[in-house]
Amino acid sequence: MTAIIKGTTGDWEMVIGLEVHAQIISQSKLMSCSPASFGAQPNENVSFVDSAFPGMLPVVNKECVRQAVRTGLALGAKINKKSVFARKNYFYADLPQGYQISQADQPTVGEGVVTIDLQDGTTKEIGIERLHIEQDAGKSIHDQHPEKSFIDLNRSGVGLMEIVSNPDIRSAEEAGAYFTKIQTIVQYIDSCDGIMARGSMRADVNVSVRRVGDKNLGTRTECKNINSVRFIKQAIMVEATRQVEILENGGVIDQETRLFDAEKGETRTMRSKEDAHDYRYFPDPDLLPVVIDDEFINECKDSLPELPDTKKERFINEFGLSSYDGAVLVANKKNASYFEKVASGVKNKKLAANWVVSELFGALKKAELDINDCPVKAQDLAELISLIEDNTISGKIAKEVFADMFKTSKKPAVIVEEKGLKQITDTGAIEGIIDTVITENPNQVAKVKENPKLIGWFVGQVMQKTAGKANPAMVNKLLAQKLK
Amino acid sequence: MSFSNDDVKKVAKLSRIRIDDKQLEQYTNDIQKVLGFMEQLNELNTDNVEPMANPLDGVQVLRNDEIKDGGYPETIVNNATDDTMNFFTVPKVVE
Repeated sequence: MTAIIKGTTGDWEMVIGLEVHAQIISQSKLMSCSPASFGAQPNENVSFVDSAFPGMLPVVNKECVRQAVRTGLALGAKINKKSVFARKNYFYADLPQGYQISQADQPTVGEGVVTIDLQDGTTKEIGIERLHIEQDAGKSIHDQHPEKSFIDLNRSGVGLMEIVSNPDIRSAEEAGAYFTKIQTIVQYIDSCDGIMARGSMRADVNVSVRRVGDKNLGTRTECKNINSVRFIKQAIMVEATRQVEILENGGVIDQETRLFDAEKGETRTMRSKEDAHDYRYFPDPDLLPVVIDDEFINECKDSLPELPDTKKERFINEFGLSSYDGAVLVANKKNASYFEKVASGVKNKKLAANWVVSELFGALKKAELDINDCPVKAQDLAELISLIEDNTISGKIAKEVFADMFKTSKKPAVIVEEKGLKQITDTGAIEGIIDTVITENPNQVAKVKENPKLIGWFVGQVMQKTAGKANPAMVNKLLAQKLK
Repeated sequence: MSFSNDDVKKVAKLSRIRIDDKQLEQYTNDIQKVLGFMEQLNELNTDNVEPMANPLDGVQVLRNDEIKDGGYPETIVNNATDDTMNFFTVPKVVE
C-alpha cells in the first residue's frame, strides 16, 4: 500500500530502500581468530589484526561465507561462486585500519526477493539487490568523559551481512514489515541473532519523494545506523515530510547522509561524513577472490530449516489455519515451534491455533513474558485442549483451568480433579437439574412456549446450578425436548 | 584524462595526507604521468580477458571458525597515546 503525503501543491509518494546490517553468528571474527562474542571487557576480544597493527594480514573465516550463502539462499537469491573483497576507505576513530573490508562490484550474494505481510492482509514482494559480507567497526562510547570518546574494538572485525533492498518500499509500514521479515528469516536460520538492543541488526534508510504518477526518482538522502523498527518508521516519515516541504517551496534535495535524532524527532546533516560517498573502493590486495563450488552451496542448502513462508503455507494447507493465524505463528521461530508442539498433541489444529494465538500469547503479553519463560508447557496446553476435545471440560471451564495453569504451572488434569471441574455429561443428572429449573419457574415456562428464543434463559439457569460444568450441547438438546 | 591541483588536494584530504602548496605541482605532475601510463595500458584489447582482482591468479583459502586469538587488552592499548581502563581514548567525536 502506497502511503500518500498530502502537500500544499498536491500528493507525494515515498520511495524507500533499506540497507540492513546483520551481524553474522560465528565463533571468531571475519578476518581474524579473536572471539566474535558480545559483552566482553574493553578490548578483550581484540587481536593485532582487529586493531590494525602494521603487517597484520586478514584471513577469511569460512563460517562467515557459509552464513552469508545460507542467508542468500533463504532470501531466494542468486549465489555468486566468485566474490571479491574490496577496501572501503574512510577515517573514523573506531575504524583502526582506515578502511573497512567489504565487497563492492562482486558480492557473495546477488538478486533475491522477500515477501512481506501487510496489516490489511495483503502481501508484497520487495526485491533484494545484493547481500555482501563486510567487517563491523568498533564502538565509540561518548558518555564516560566530558572531553573524550572511549573506543572499544571488540566489535571491530566481526562479520556483517549487508542486505541491500531495491527501492521497492513505498511506506513506513512496508519498511517496518520488510525489516521484521529479514529479522525473522535470519533468526530462523541462525545466521544472525537479530537482537537490535545489542546492535546485532541495524538499518540505513534511503528516502526520496516524488509526485504521485511521476516515474522518475527524486534525489535521495540516507539516514544511517537506525537501531529499532519504530525509529526506522519515524525516520522515514520525518525525512519524507522534510523533503516534501523543501520541494514545495522550490528548493532542491542534497544527496547526503543524515542523522536521525529520535529524541528531537528530526534528521540533520552529518557534517563529518561530507565525503562519505567517496569511498574509493578497490580490491583488497591482501585477499584473493573467494571461490565456492556447488558442493559448498548444496551443503548450505541442506543445512536450512523450514523457512517461515513455507511453514506458513503448511499451517494453512495442512492444519486449515487462517492466513492471519499462520502469519502470527511463524513470525517468531520459538512461537512457531511451541505451536507445533501443541498441535502435535491435539486433533483439532485450528483449535490449537486459537488457544496459542489468543489465550497464550494474550496471557504472555499481559504478564510481559517471552515464550521462553512461558509457565505453561506446550504439552500441558495440548493436554488441556484434548480435555475439551473429549468433552471432559467445556471451552469456558478450560479458560479457567488455563488461568490456573499460567499461575501455578500445574497439569490441567490435576487442576480439573482438584477443583472438581469435570463436565457433567450424565444425561440423568442434567435432566434432574433441568426438571428442577422447570418446576421452580412456571412463569418462564409459559413465556418460552410463546417465544422459543427465551430458551437461553433456561440454559443460563442450568449452567449456574452446575457451576458451568454441564455439557452445553447436552443442556441445549435436553431443554429443547422438554420445553417443546 | 587530466588531473588538476584541486584533484590532488581532494585526494590528499580524503587520505589524510598533508601536502604543502609548494609541492602540489610536483604531485600533480607525478600522478599525471601514472595516469598517462594507465591510458597507454587502456589501449590494449582485453575483450576476452577476465578481470583479475589480484595479480596472484589464485583462490582465497578459507580458515576454519576457531577462536585462537585475543585476550590481551593491555598489550593492545600499550602503544596508545592515551588510554583509560583498556579503552583507546580520543578527543570527543560526537555528532
